[in-house]
This record gives sequence, C-alpha cells and structure tokens, in this order.
Amino acid sequence: MTEEIIIAGFGGQGILSMGKILAYAGIMQDKEVSWFPSYGPEMRGGTANVTVIISDERISSPILNQFDTAIILNQQSMDKFESAVKKGGLLIYDPNGITRHPVRTDIDIYTVDAAYESSRMKSSKVFNMIVLGAFLKIKPLIDPEHMHQGLEKCLPSRHHGLIIENEKAIEKGKEIILPKYLMN
Amino acid sequence: MTKTKDIRLMKGNEAFAEGIIRAGCDGYFGYPITPQSEVLEYLSAQKTKERTGMVVLQAESEIASIHMVYGGAACGKRVVTSSSSPGISLMQEGFSYLAGTELPCLLMNVVRGGPGLGTIQPSQSDYFQTVKGGGHGDYKMIVLAPASVQEMYDFTKLGFDLAFKYRIQVMILSDGAIGQMMEKVELDKQLPRLTDEEIIKKYPWATTGKTADRERNIITSLDLNPAKQEIMNRKLQAKFKRVEENEVRFENIHCDDAEYIFVAYGSSARVCEKAVQLGRAKGIKVGLLRLITLFPFPYEEVARLSKQVEGILTIEMSAGQMVEDVRLGANGAVRVEHYGRLGGIIPAPEEVLNVLEETFIKTKTYA
Repeated sequence: MTEEIIIAGFGGQGILSMGKILAYAGIMQDKEVSWFPSYGPEMRGGTANVTVIISDERISSPILNQFDTAIILNQQSMDKFESAVKKGGLLIYDPNGITRHPVRTDIDIYTVDAAYESSRMKSSKVFNMIVLGAFLKIKPLIDPEHMHQGLEKCLPSRHHGLIIENEKAIEKGKEIILPKYLMN
Repeated sequence: MTKTKDIRLMKGNEAFAEGIIRAGCDGYFGYPITPQSEVLEYLSAQKTKERTGMVVLQAESEIASIHMVYGGAACGKRVVTSSSSPGISLMQEGFSYLAGTELPCLLMNVVRGGPGLGTIQPSQSDYFQTVKGGGHGDYKMIVLAPASVQEMYDFTKLGFDLAFKYRIQVMILSDGAIGQMMEKVELDKQLPRLTDEEIIKKYPWATTGKTADRERNIITSLDLNPAKQEIMNRKLQAKFKRVEENEVRFENIHCDDAEYIFVAYGSSARVCEKAVQLGRAKGIKVGLLRLITLFPFPYEEVARLSKQVEGILTIEMSAGQMVEDVRLGANGAVRVEHYGRLGGIIPAPEEVLNVLEETFIKTKTYA
C-alpha cells in the first residue's frame, strides 16, 4: 500500500498541521511516511500545500506531481491540483469559497462542508480535523487508536486536553462527507 | 528486557540538530537563514547547556560563525556550523584556513537557488563550490550528500568520525527539500562529550592542555618558507588521496541489469528513485547510482557502469555541475547527458523519466 496525498489551501487553515498529524499517526501504525511542505512566503498568508505519503514500503520521491488523493481547500488549489489527481483517484474539497467546481469524471469527487461545520461547532481551529476525518472515512488508512497517538505526538502536552475535541471533529468529518453528485 | 526504539517525525534540519547533540557536539555557532533556520531554533529550544553542556551561540554573522568554529576546532572540540548558500559563500575564507590548519569540523549547507540572494527554494547549484574548492588553495573537504531525513541525522556522527579520523572538514551538502521535509527518524542514544583529559590524550595536536613538559601547539597555515609550504601541501594531498582510497560511498538501485542509469544525489536521487520505479513498470531497464560522498567521488563505480549501460543521465538541480565528474568517470565509454531544473524548481519523476526516454531510447537507431 502506498497513498500519495496533496493537501492544499490557504496558509492558516491548518494544512501543514493536518499533514503532520496524519504522518505521525502513520508512524504510530508502523508505516513509512514523508511530509513535504511548501515553505517560505506562502506560510505567511498565501497558498500553502503539503505532500504526505504513507506507505508499507520505502518511500522513493517525497516530491510528486501526481497524487492518489487531493484534499483541496481553496480555489487556487483547485485550479492547480484537480488535474494532478491520478486516474481513478480521489478528490475531496470544501465547497466554501469554491466558484469553479471540479469537472473530472475519471476520479471520485467528494465534498466536506468543513468551514460551515467548524463554525457550527464554534471552533474554527478544528476545521482541519473535520477535513482529515472526511478523508479517513473514504480511505481508512489509519486506525482511530493511532490517530489518537498521532495527536498526542503533535500537540504539546499542555494542549492534550484538546485531543477529545479534535477526535470529535474527525468523527464529524466522517459523518458529513458526501459524494459531489449529492451536493445541491 | 524489550528495547523500544526512539522513532520520531522530524524535519531534516531538526534531525541534523538532534544528531549533533547526540554525537557529543561541544559547540554550534550559526546565523539564521532560510531554509535552514530550524537548526538554530531547534538547538535553542533544546537548552543544550543543561542537556549536555553543549554551547549554542548565534553569532553576529556567518563570517564570525566559521571563525568561532576555527577556534573551537583548534582546541580539539567537536564544533559545527551550518547555513544556506549565501551564508556558505561568506564562510569560504574560513573553510580554506581550516583546511590549511587541518582542523576537524562539521559543516552543513542547506542549498538554495542562486546566484546572489536567489531564492529560498531547493537547489543543488553549490556542487562546484563545495566539491571543487570555494576557498583558495589546493584543498578538499569530505562532502556527504544526505537523501533522507534519517541520513541528515546519521551523517552527523559519521561526519564527526571522519573529520577527526583525517583531521579534515566534513560538509553535509543538503538542500531545501531535505532540510524542510519531515520523515521518520530512528535516534541513537546520547554519546558523551569528551572531557579535556580525553581530548589531550586523543588529539595531541590540539591547543587544549599545555603542560610544562611539552611545547605549545601552534595552529597556523602560514609558512613563508616555500620548501616547508610545499611539504605541508604534499602532506595535505596525501591525506586527500587516503580519503579517496577509503571513503567512497554510494548506493546502487536496480543497476545490476540496467541498460540506462540515472546518476544523482540528495533530493534529486529521491526523484530518480521514483522515476526508476515508473520506468521499470513500463519495461525500461533503468537504474540509479545514488552518490553519498561527492568528495571522494565514486569515479571507479561510474567507470564500471559505463561499460555496462547504453546511456547515463545525470539529474541535478543545477545547470550541470556534477555531470563533469560523471563524464570524467565514464571517460568516453558511454554517452553522458545532464538534465536539471534551475532557480528552486524540483523536477518531477515523470519528467526525468521522459527526458531519459527522449534522450536515449526514442532516438535510438536500429541497424
């Protein structure tokens, strides 16, 4: 098993953290992992993306331009990465702020209303965990137990009280993900 | 008793920083620059003074950093600096003086695109500067090229070992991609720092520990007597030759039956490893020679493979620097071509495989 994922959106949406939590949870499940970010000026408010690979084998290139899964959280990233999903691959996006929806018919497309849901949960900070939950619903690569350990590793111990909230958000994401054709 | 491994998810820069602490480093002197600033950040957060007694100092500039390294190394201490390309350019005078005085130290360059301030994105355009000199005079440094975060960690201990074995400077030539990405790292247990008594015993050349019964040690590269200076230079050259004979390191990936090979190091080698998988899936017999030491360069392995394969494609994020050494190794036995991206762009696996096909396979004429 090798899963090559791009997560892309705005700086500040928690994209790099989401990738890090996923990668650390992968290590907890005894997988090989890599995490390759965009870095520099993009981190300070522009677009941000991270390539995460989770595999049973030694990972060759951490730098890719074709992906099994694209998780897309703004329009610029949609324009850039819709075409980068491998045939038969997966595209998950939050429709909030998307003006040009994906059109490909040779990949599976799902939506997750994470921005709306996180505002309903009164916590914009769990936005990224809702999105991560949505992904794990479609590709259950990591067990909840190892996700928990991944969160423990990534959050400083003074914030371990927030793990429950993050896990609830992951569960919420699993509930609210929808195939695109069901979107009205 | 079961022993649990200490495995962490770390950035390349952080793994390097943790590596030097655990390898018993005495002092790190540096000045921040993207994309290697995490080194100083990580070391500062580790409170190394309490942890191992290691000194971590942000110097006023890169020039100050390298000369602090000179001072520490002269005392026989395990000292380190790191920077990224523009900062490394500033240090060249210090490198040359360290070479002239045979002072061991560990250096690290997280290469970014140049020339000038260039870009903060990854590049491999400092090969000539690192491998062929940079500073003045006839000198070489051992150059290690990590291709993973684990190697960013492992090469710190290896680097110190080589530096002290040969009294030479060891440069870890990384790049922005390896420095910034996170991978799994398995950590070793902490090695103790040497005491002054141990340094005096192990390194009789060091300035530490002048006793009444021995002459003071003088660390200098200056000798105005040309005959003596030539002897000194011959001694240096003999050392570089010993390094060439004993320390060549590389990795062969699917080279045994290969008809074509990529030659690459660092993050380009990772891209090529994927391209080898893609090529093999298409039925192309392609392999990868991944360079681990850039000096000493594996000329003999290149020569051996040159007789076996029909074409060599070097992939480097430069306009073509390492390719010159690959051509020296091949010595005309096979066609050697270069493909590179510039200015901070990393080539994609499909892209380099396509270049290999276009260069060697689609143009092939059959009798």
